[in-house]
Amino acid sequence: MNKSSRTVMTFSGGIHPLGDGKSLSNKMAVVPAPLLDKYFVLLSENAGKPPQPVVQKGDKVRKYQLLAAADGFVSANLHSPTSGEVIDIRKVPGPMGLPAVAIEIAADGEDAGEPPFEPITDWQNADPEMLKKRVAEAGLVGMGGASFPTHVKLSPPPEKKVDTLILNGAECEPYLTADHRLMLELPEKVVRGAAILAKILQVKRAGIGVEINKSDAIDALNKFGSRYNVEIVPLKVRYPQGSEKQLINAITGRKVRSGGLPMDAGCVVQNVATAAALSDAVTEGIPLIERIVTVTGEVVVEPGNFRAKIGTPAIELVKLAGGVTEEPGKLIFGGPMMGFAQKSFEVPIAKNTSGILLLPTKVSLNYATTGCIRCGRCVQGCPMKLMPCLLSTAIEADRFDLAAQNHVMDCMECGSCAYVCPDHRPLVQNIRRAKAELRKQAAKGN
Amino acid sequence: MENTTVLIAAVVLMCLLGAALGAVIGIFVRIFKVKSDLLADFALELLPGANCGGCGYAGCADFAKALAAGKANPSGCPVSSAEQIAAISSALGVDAGQMERKCAVVLCRCDIGEVRHMNYNGVQDCAAAHLVGGGPQECHYGCLGLGTCARKCPFGAIEIIGMVAVVHRELCVGCGKCVAACPRGVIKLVPADAEYHVYCNSPKKGAVKRQFCKAGCIGCRKCERSAPGKFVINGFLSQVNYDAGEYPDEKVAAAFTCPVGGLLDVESRIAAARAKAEEVKNK
Repeated sequence: MNKSSRTVMTFSGGIHPLGDGKSLSNKMAVVPAPLLDKYFVLLSENAGKPPQPVVQKGDKVRKYQLLAAADGFVSANLHSPTSGEVIDIRKVPGPMGLPAVAIEIAADGEDAGEPPFEPITDWQNADPEMLKKRVAEAGLVGMGGASFPTHVKLSPPPEKKVDTLILNGAECEPYLTADHRLMLELPEKVVRGAAILAKILQVKRAGIGVEINKSDAIDALNKFGSRYNVEIVPLKVRYPQGSEKQLINAITGRKVRSGGLPMDAGCVVQNVATAAALSDAVTEGIPLIERIVTVTGEVVVEPGNFRAKIGTPAIELVKLAGGVTEEPGKLIFGGPMMGFAQKSFEVPIAKNTSGILLLPTKVSLNYATTGCIRCGRCVQGCPMKLMPCLLSTAIEADRFDLAAQNHVMDCMECGSCAYVCPDHRPLVQNIRRAKAELRKQAAKGN
Repeated sequence: MENTTVLIAAVVLMCLLGAALGAVIGIFVRIFKVKSDLLADFALELLPGANCGGCGYAGCADFAKALAAGKANPSGCPVSSAEQIAAISSALGVDAGQMERKCAVVLCRCDIGEVRHMNYNGVQDCAAAHLVGGGPQECHYGCLGLGTCARKCPFGAIEIIGMVAVVHRELCVGCGKCVAACPRGVIKLVPADAEYHVYCNSPKKGAVKRQFCKAGCIGCRKCERSAPGKFVINGFLSQVNYDAGEYPDEKVAAAFTCPVGGLLDVESRIAAARAKAEEVKNK
């Protein structure tokens, strides 16, 4: 941010996915999804401990009412997306493939409720602790995908000096346009959210990183940037520009050490959607109950962006987008690079579901792989400076110790290596396996 | 004349050099001599050399050391036959002891049950597949059929028939490598003389299992009522009571009808898996 704000910043490594699919939905204005009969609010939405339900089967609930209270510090509140009745608390197909506990709510059609918190209009002069409390109350989590409770990230230990707030508006995942539309349509909320976050962290520098393929969003944000003292930083179109460590490197030039957190480099990174939700929570007093979801893919009839309530089953959003032209080969929550393939269309969206992507069968084929030819493209592409080819061959031979020596735990599973691999080797899946195995071994050792 | 002198000189020099270097080697061999236990070396010669780890030691050499030190018993080796164990025992002058022979069995009939599979096109390894949302199958307890156990087996005793693993008892020595490799815990080490097994590993409710598997145990307890003490019911899963000493035989199997046909002897199970795989192939 020291340099001129028109300089396009980037990091080293990474890839540039061809045909990023954004044009399918980036011109489509956000459409509010109509009220449904039923919502399935997943309990285990946030990273960390799932919240404990405070409602029971048969309870009448109002919109915005607390459904489940945070259980411990690393946990987030959950609020009712609409008014109605709690029919059941049961297991439904979850976004991680396994059944997950959800609160099933039958909507009464009124969608009525009162904002549960007092609006803080004069937040510029408010107590940062009070604002942080609001973040926790409103159940904010990282809406970019990790779903990590926001208030935890805003509470750095005193020995870590945080001096920079970075909002991630890079949206480097192909196909996704939810953040793009948010920044374009509600730029003031995003910038205000950034300013509130800066106030909570008591940092002087706050910036929003946006890839230059969203120049309209950059212009929209720039209108409000100076008013709230937030800088808009144009970034090069490069994947994974929106990853925390790469974003910090691109904007501040700092590097996060191996195994470290962004706060080790004096930074806190939040998603733009989280900032906008925070703005709502502070100025209007409403908790996080809805988000913008991109429904896209070549097989979707009318790809678009929808403002959907948390707990909406994926099938309803696909119907809103006009259905599909052919049987999709893959249903993915999130983007094609880091998203999670789903087993069922019944899976409800969570606070971190930025997109529903339907890929045709021909691109989700089972590629036959032979062996690593040591071409090194994955090494060039790795933004974390790892050697995925070496890691993968070690893991295939069950040499998890060798993988650990070569810093497999630093891999963030961005998928750049697997994308560029000419042999379509399942590098990321192998690495994920090693990480799971090493975590298991570490747990056993303790 | 001169040539002869040179020739003799060269031969003499070489002989002296050889003798000197040989002496150096001889000295160093004495200095750096690795002390070996003769008894352990002898035992190692008699052991099969499979290095399977089934005895609980790091390999045959480690086991031989334990044998020589009297810490282990020859019958701890699952690979050696009774005659071989007797030979080792008499050579070492110890009592062979009694060791129950174990054998691995894959307690799943997901091929017969036609468990629904998602389209999984990732790494063809059970441990990796299991990490992707609990695996491609609807049932999270059954055999994944990607053959991680078969690749780990040092004796080639596991065969993947269609989409399910089966253990050939005549090759299995019960070393337990497959049990450790299976991410689902569907392979069990059971007494080798148990003929009949209940082929299901899911503790889920019968009604839940029936939604996606025709062959899963529904926990009706018919088997337990018919032959008390020979089965243990764990939640909704019946299993042969391997601690009983006496295992279900043909008479027990004939005395009642398992509603899902899950109580089978090993040979029938393999035959059924083959027939099913053939049927699927012809489809």
